[in-house]
Amino acid sequence: MTEPATSAPREDAGRGVQVRLDGLTRVFGSVKALDGLELTLAPGELVALLGPSGCGKTTALRILAGLDTATSGRVFVGGTDISGVAAHKRDMGMVFQAYSLFPHMTVRHNVEFGLKLRGIDGGKRRARAMQMLELVGLESQSDRYAHQLSGGQQQRVALARALAIEPSVLLLDEPLSALDAKVRAQLRDEIRRVQLEVGTTTLFVTHDQEEALALADRVGVMRAGRLEQIAPPEELYSKPRTEFVAEFVGLTNRLPAYVSGGAATVAGSRLPTLAGSVEEGRGTALVRPEQIHVRADTDGNAVVSASSFLGAISRLTVTTDDGAHLVSQIPRTSVQGVTAGDRVAVLIDPAPVLVIGA
Amino acid sequence: MRASGATKRQQNQRLTRWVTLAGVGVLFAIPIYSMFEYSIRITPQNKQTWDAWKAITQNEQLSGAIRVSLELAVLTVTGMLLLLLPTMIWIRLKVPWAKRLVEFLCLLPLTIPAIVLVVGLDNVMSWVRYLTTPGPLALTFPYIVLVLPYCYRALDAGLAAIDVNTLSEAARSLGASWTTVILRIIVPNMRSAILSAAFLAVALVLGEFTLASLFFYDNMQVVIVLIGLVNSSISVAVSLAALAFAFVLLFAMSFVGTRPKRREARS
Repeated sequence: MTEPATSAPREDAGRGVQVRLDGLTRVFGSVKALDGLELTLAPGELVALLGPSGCGKTTALRILAGLDTATSGRVFVGGTDISGVAAHKRDMGMVFQAYSLFPHMTVRHNVEFGLKLRGIDGGKRRARAMQMLELVGLESQSDRYAHQLSGGQQQRVALARALAIEPSVLLLDEPLSALDAKVRAQLRDEIRRVQLEVGTTTLFVTHDQEEALALADRVGVMRAGRLEQIAPPEELYSKPRTEFVAEFVGLTNRLPAYVSGGAATVAGSRLPTLAGSVEEGRGTALVRPEQIHVRADTDGNAVVSASSFLGAISRLTVTTDDGAHLVSQIPRTSVQGVTAGDRVAVLIDPAPVLVIGA
Repeated sequence: MRASGATKRQQNQRLTRWVTLAGVGVLFAIPIYSMFEYSIRITPQNKQTWDAWKAITQNEQLSGAIRVSLELAVLTVTGMLLLLLPTMIWIRLKVPWAKRLVEFLCLLPLTIPAIVLVVGLDNVMSWVRYLTTPGPLALTFPYIVLVLPYCYRALDAGLAAIDVNTLSEAARSLGASWTTVILRIIVPNMRSAILSAAFLAVALVLGEFTLASLFFYDNMQVVIVLIGLVNSSISVAVSLAALAFAFVLLFAMSFVGTRPKRREARS
């Protein structure tokens, strides 16, 4: 049954190709899972699609993989329209959320599977499989079966298997979500290291913002089948363009603001406004907790209502004299000795903020 | 005190298990032994005889019918697997909403009396005989219908035990065609369920009398009954042999296809 389903690994493999999703729409009955999604991945780039459940991120990835069909729109890889190409001829490696190793095959045979389908001879196949297993640090487990591996090891093998075929695009569908926190962090770093090493264009789908921000070159936040914003992690965090992005990525304080002349007055501080903000008049400023500084002051305008120790940083919840509740996240050393019930002065860092309609 | 109480409870449970097992064993053993004893019943000359067992191979009508039944078993298993396996995989992957409907259709033969089935199938069988063979092997088609309820259950349990969607999507993304997905990924992982379905079908075909009789074909059970009218010892010997054959198959089924015990690793 072996058949050369796809071409042999390309000579230029590893350098990555451009991927473009052009106006993808996917309708399931009365639900629009994707609503004209536009997304371009540069060669070798790792883009994370982030969003709540049902936002369409997995649907987008499945359409790119050929495992689902778009109601309308096209998929381009390396400039070629592959919208009508069957999944098994798309030359893409994929790691799934669920453990997907073939239970009846050893680790090595799992990694060799894609190569075998491409008609690569036994010696080369074995060498390539061992090379990939070495890349993910599991060469010593090559003769084991999936049920003899931990969840983290299984996902590592799945990554090796996906990369063994030297795919034009690597697709990661929440591969870390079934793992415990420690293994997740380790594997996250490993995925990034391996991706940088092989340079394959990668689309990573997750609902975990920490994962997306830590891994990706750019993070796209999705909502209701559309991209709300796509930007490098730092920009996405510090310059959210919409209320949804600001609320979804990181914590935010909602404070009353008055905008005039391109700046907002928030709790007595003048802060520049971000693009997309209200241009004049009253609104609500979305302020990050680390922008809010707290200092012990018996004449201060707020009282600490709760204090949490988070290691290097502390999270304080303060209530201002005019009744507003604020969350501040600052280095622990700067609020040493401040406890719940203490009176404090609140200062807001003059970083740009998004101001939405009140 | 608590430890000795637990030990006593364990001993009681073990005793209950053995008593139950022995009871069930006796329940089966007595009629089987009686059949065996009857098949070697002492002749008028007061001698035990193996004539009935020898006749199984010597009686041409019987050996021909056994051959037909075995051929029917092989054809039924092949046809059932070719029909049911791809259909069930396809439904699970692509049209899960149709699962209940197909399940209902597959279980339907269980509720239809054989005589109704024969009347209903009569016209269809005329075409089957015309298009394939007028001989007893034409029974393959009604037999496939007959084994559907049992085989569906066995295969469904096998499919439920593996993540068919993820495994097939993983294989597809690695370059596998649908045929490769089915033959090299899904089938090897449900080997035990396929064997169960196959053995159930074999057992059913070897024991089938009604359809063959009503369609006027001679299979093993029909010939056993015919011989029984003349020589009941042979008919009992053949029945016992068929029972032993089915038992061996089912016994084999409990060993073949089992995996080594899992050694779970920690995350």
